[in-house]
Amino acid sequence: MITIKFEVNGCDRSVITPPLKRLLDVLREDLGLHGAKEGCGEGECGSCAVLLNGELVNSCLLPVLQVDGAALVTIEGLADAQELHPIQQCFLEQGGAQCGICTPGMILATHHLLARNPHPSLEEIREGLAGNLCRCTGYTRIFHAVEAASRRIAESA
Amino acid sequence: MADSMPIEHEPRIVGASPLRKEGRAKVLGEARYIDDIALPDMWFGATVRSSVARGRIVSIDYSPHIPWHEYAIVTAADIPGENTIVHLSKDHPCLAQGQVNHPDEPILLLAHPEKAALHRAVAAIEITYEELPAVFTIEESEAALASGDPARIIWGHGDHANTFKTYVMTAGDPEQSAEIFATADFVIEGEYRTGAQEQLYIENNGVIGEYSPVDGVTVRGSMQCPYYLVHALELVFNLPAEKCRVIQTETGGAFGGKEDFPSVIGSHAALLAMKSGHPVKMCYDRAEDMAGTTKRHPSRTRHRTAVSRGGKLLAGEIEFALDGGAYATLSPVVLSRGTIHASGPYQWPHLTVRAKAMATNLPPHGAFRGFGAPQSLFAIERHMDKIARIVGLSPEEVRRRNFLATGDHTATGQHLVDRVDMQHLLTRALAESNYHEKRERFNRENQDARIKRGIGFAAFMHGAGFTGSGEHRLNSLVEMEITPEGRPRILVSSTEFGQGTNTILCQVAAETLGIAYEEVLIAQPDTRDVPNSGPTVASRTAMIVGKLVERASMQLRATLTASGHFTGGSRNFREAAQRYLSEHGSLKTSARYESPGDVAWDDNTYRGAAYPTYAWAVYVAEVAVDLDTYSVSVTEFHALQEVGKVLHPILAAGQIEGGVVQGIGYALYEKCVWQKGHMANNQMTNYIIPTSADVPPIHVSFEETPCIHGAYGAKGIGELPMDGPAPAILNAIEHATGIAFTEIPLLPEDIYERMTRSAGSGSEDLEPAIAGPYFSEKVY
Amino acid sequence: MRSNAADFEVIAPQNLKDALAILDAERGVYTPLAGGTELMVAFGAGRLAARRLMSLHLLKELRFLDVTAERVTIGAGVTFTDLRRHPVISADFNLLSHAASWTGSIANQNRATLGGNIVNASPAADSPPALLVYDADVTMASADGMRTIPNSEFHVGYKKTALRPQELLLSIHLKRNYGSYVSYIRKVGTRNAQAISKVAMAGLARLNGQVIEDIRLAGASLRDVPARLPETERALLERSVAHESLADTIARSRASLASGPLAPAPISDIRSTAGYRAAVAANLIDEFLRLLARS
Repeated sequence: MITIKFEVNGCDRSVITPPLKRLLDVLREDLGLHGAKEGCGEGECGSCAVLLNGELVNSCLLPVLQVDGAALVTIEGLADAQELHPIQQCFLEQGGAQCGICTPGMILATHHLLARNPHPSLEEIREGLAGNLCRCTGYTRIFHAVEAASRRIAESA
Repeated sequence: MADSMPIEHEPRIVGASPLRKEGRAKVLGEARYIDDIALPDMWFGATVRSSVARGRIVSIDYSPHIPWHEYAIVTAADIPGENTIVHLSKDHPCLAQGQVNHPDEPILLLAHPEKAALHRAVAAIEITYEELPAVFTIEESEAALASGDPARIIWGHGDHANTFKTYVMTAGDPEQSAEIFATADFVIEGEYRTGAQEQLYIENNGVIGEYSPVDGVTVRGSMQCPYYLVHALELVFNLPAEKCRVIQTETGGAFGGKEDFPSVIGSHAALLAMKSGHPVKMCYDRAEDMAGTTKRHPSRTRHRTAVSRGGKLLAGEIEFALDGGAYATLSPVVLSRGTIHASGPYQWPHLTVRAKAMATNLPPHGAFRGFGAPQSLFAIERHMDKIARIVGLSPEEVRRRNFLATGDHTATGQHLVDRVDMQHLLTRALAESNYHEKRERFNRENQDARIKRGIGFAAFMHGAGFTGSGEHRLNSLVEMEITPEGRPRILVSSTEFGQGTNTILCQVAAETLGIAYEEVLIAQPDTRDVPNSGPTVASRTAMIVGKLVERASMQLRATLTASGHFTGGSRNFREAAQRYLSEHGSLKTSARYESPGDVAWDDNTYRGAAYPTYAWAVYVAEVAVDLDTYSVSVTEFHALQEVGKVLHPILAAGQIEGGVVQGIGYALYEKCVWQKGHMANNQMTNYIIPTSADVPPIHVSFEETPCIHGAYGAKGIGELPMDGPAPAILNAIEHATGIAFTEIPLLPEDIYERMTRSAGSGSEDLEPAIAGPYFSEKVY
Repeated sequence: MRSNAADFEVIAPQNLKDALAILDAERGVYTPLAGGTELMVAFGAGRLAARRLMSLHLLKELRFLDVTAERVTIGAGVTFTDLRRHPVISADFNLLSHAASWTGSIANQNRATLGGNIVNASPAADSPPALLVYDADVTMASADGMRTIPNSEFHVGYKKTALRPQELLLSIHLKRNYGSYVSYIRKVGTRNAQAISKVAMAGLARLNGQVIEDIRLAGASLRDVPARLPETERALLERSVAHESLADTIARSRASLASGPLAPAPISDIRSTAGYRAAVAANLIDEFLRLLARS
């Protein structure tokens, strides 16, 4: 067992854990953060995605010892107190979430995309989200949500 | 009176797109799915499964290096009631006893306080079998039957040997029909096949079971039909329904895959809870879920059609066969729906459909969106294009000469009283998709192109609600109550799993009560608190349950109005309701399903009004076929449907878009690769569904011809979008390449094999044993 | 989740020297773990046989990208995202940029390393075809020093490399020689994104007028290792892609694919069939030749 210290959603956290434990399991079991989901355990579906030092990663493939000293953002860290992040608001308004299980990962992937490319084309949106599988929506409303979020973030800037 | 429209004004909430009731929690990541939930003193469960397709269990050995005393172990002998998972028959054991009939069949259950202790225990149980002859396809099951060898009969006996169910559906006169076949200008035959399809909800099956000798069994989890699980538990535990409590938790996708299967996993978790004395959570991982749970029934349809020179359907013979897997589960009902839809949206002067569901030694197949209709509609819509080609008409013209219209009778003899206008839908769909212009342009441009383009369409319908007298038998009940703060709360067993149940039922209530949508509450489906409004399947929720919510709301409104306190509006409603509570203590209304007089169905002759209503549709697919890679991309898609009433435009469009993409997967990507009955590609790496980079622009349009059976005129739409994409896509591929493919999924390897006549290179020649270092060799 | 994390030991040396000293002292004991996108899948599936791992994530000496006028040296710990973002890789080695862009998903590219991709030695891997046509060299480090061999000698058999138990892959070298070459790369997967390759082809050629002066071809999933196609390269050398000669050149190319000890010999597996792979590989080479004809 080792002690891993990292920042999650702006708060310092510390866990004592086997070094190879998946970050996904540490988030869900040790830290009580259930927003990241296990959809496949193979890094294919993106439901476990979180931001590690600002980069989108699949937490089911991350051994926790490699997270030591890092800053993580999970879905729980996106909203500001009780006000939704514009991406969350747009997913809600545009029908970007149906069953909701892919939604945390999808929203973080959107956040990652818009942080680097504030005005993505539809092609760029497709590419940016290609690592997040959704079975309910057929992606169409998700594209609308991302485009709306891009506009809304630009308006409030 | 009960069916008349209650509103005196233009709808303000129905037909609008208010925010999804549980949407905020979902975008915050706060929605609690079953694996996010822990109960005090909870243990974890695992399943030990068969590694052979069919065999007698000879020995079960527990390796001595595991401290077995730490585990709770459940075998069939521990089952207090019947060792059966009941749906329509009792052939399906809850746990295998003595014999297994498919790979991955549950034999033993284990529970332990630590989840990490389970997989090594499962691996430490060695089971040996005396293998028996097994069959893995419809043909092998038929051949086993024909052989007369009793060792190869894997299910049933006599007329039912290897056959779960048969139907014969006849329209017209079989004797006249024979004469017509003998003299028709054309007799056109075709065989069409569809493969298994995995629902691939992103949340795997999961439940938590609890047991108390005093209170009985409680199971909470991911599911579509809480009362189905209640019924299953009653038999497994020999308990009355009041002692079997089931709670649906937030469900991450279902599509039918959580209609019948929760009866299995729910019973298992409850048995472990009973044996261990602790709540037990069982959440499958992806590999186990894909290998061990239900899939869409593979199908084979054979058409033989007598057609006039003018392209009119004169008579038809259709043989429709499904592969049901090892146990019956819902195969008879899937077969029923497939049979009734086999005729497509066409007039048949004479038609005989002979349908059968065969048993094979695959894990039992079950419900998946569409439920038999995608299979038989694929066949008829491919066959109509074949008829067009042979007779020398366009695909469009041959449809037009045969479409059902208002006042016609369907193949089951259902009189189409409501307006049906397939001619118009076809015209509109072809116009909006630029079909004719593209058809011609692609013909020209394809000549020298390495990427051939094509455009094709499918015309179809989907019956909403349970077949025939099904709704009458379901006898659904809906209740509404007033909360202490004076708000209305809907009590139904209808579940939300992304399709919008919570939202549309609250819209209907709000509209009927004349109050704000935000005021209306809907209870979590907990069978202790909610009545049985029927399963959330068969595209029945908006129509049937919505109508009952409308009626229960009308009663609520009438009661409050009669009390003298309610004059209108949200605030007044709360005040009036609270007043009423203080005067009377409580207020609850209910509405129970009433069969409309005109829905008469004969189960024996298979004649009559099969469904309360149909939604009608024309879908148009545009494809690009790359001759260097033999891959097909769907480049554009138009989905036009008539649905009665669009209750929520964003949700409705979302249903269609999602269904279309599942249909694209069904047609072009999703192949189940079987290895002696075991799904070898049971990971997301190797079972391919479309990503955001694979979907075309999808254009959705609706028309509305209100249906009296549904809330505010709504018909069901959840399954409709599953029916159209595959035949439309293959019709488009035929346009692009000139090759008439008749089987799905159609992989690039299959196109290559056919185009170049290179036998042995198609997707039936994939090698399941070679998947890379991590997957496929072991069964579990 | 089919493994118990408590059953696994992971050490994380702070620098390369320490890492190599451990590998030297305890040969074959520790399995290196870089980005984790391969090993953690096995771990989750209960199939990670190795119980003792050495995480390389602290080794800054592996994550660098050196550029001189003549060459680029890429540290084995460089991620696919690093490659995609580097302007010199995009400009001079666009086949490698392309390969990086379709390796897994963005989330996986942010963790997966070039070194891991090469050392994992899957014949379906995305980066080797590009590295092979660019004639890359690879440097391996041990406590005793470094040695550099051509990348083409690195894969010695199915999932086997030239790495000795005490060695780590240190870096990959590319010569900036290809400004005048025409490049081609295409991956054929099970879908447009996030797909394991069924077959892929990388091509690099220099023309003199319309005559092929130099040509390199490398494929994925054509043999048990990522490999060049030397017989086809020989058959195409000095051939013309002028309009009147193109058909003949294509025919010679196809003939060379059909025979010879180093000809493609793809297999059927769970994802695709041998016949399909062979046919598509030939088609991709034809597509490259048509591209040359147009340039």
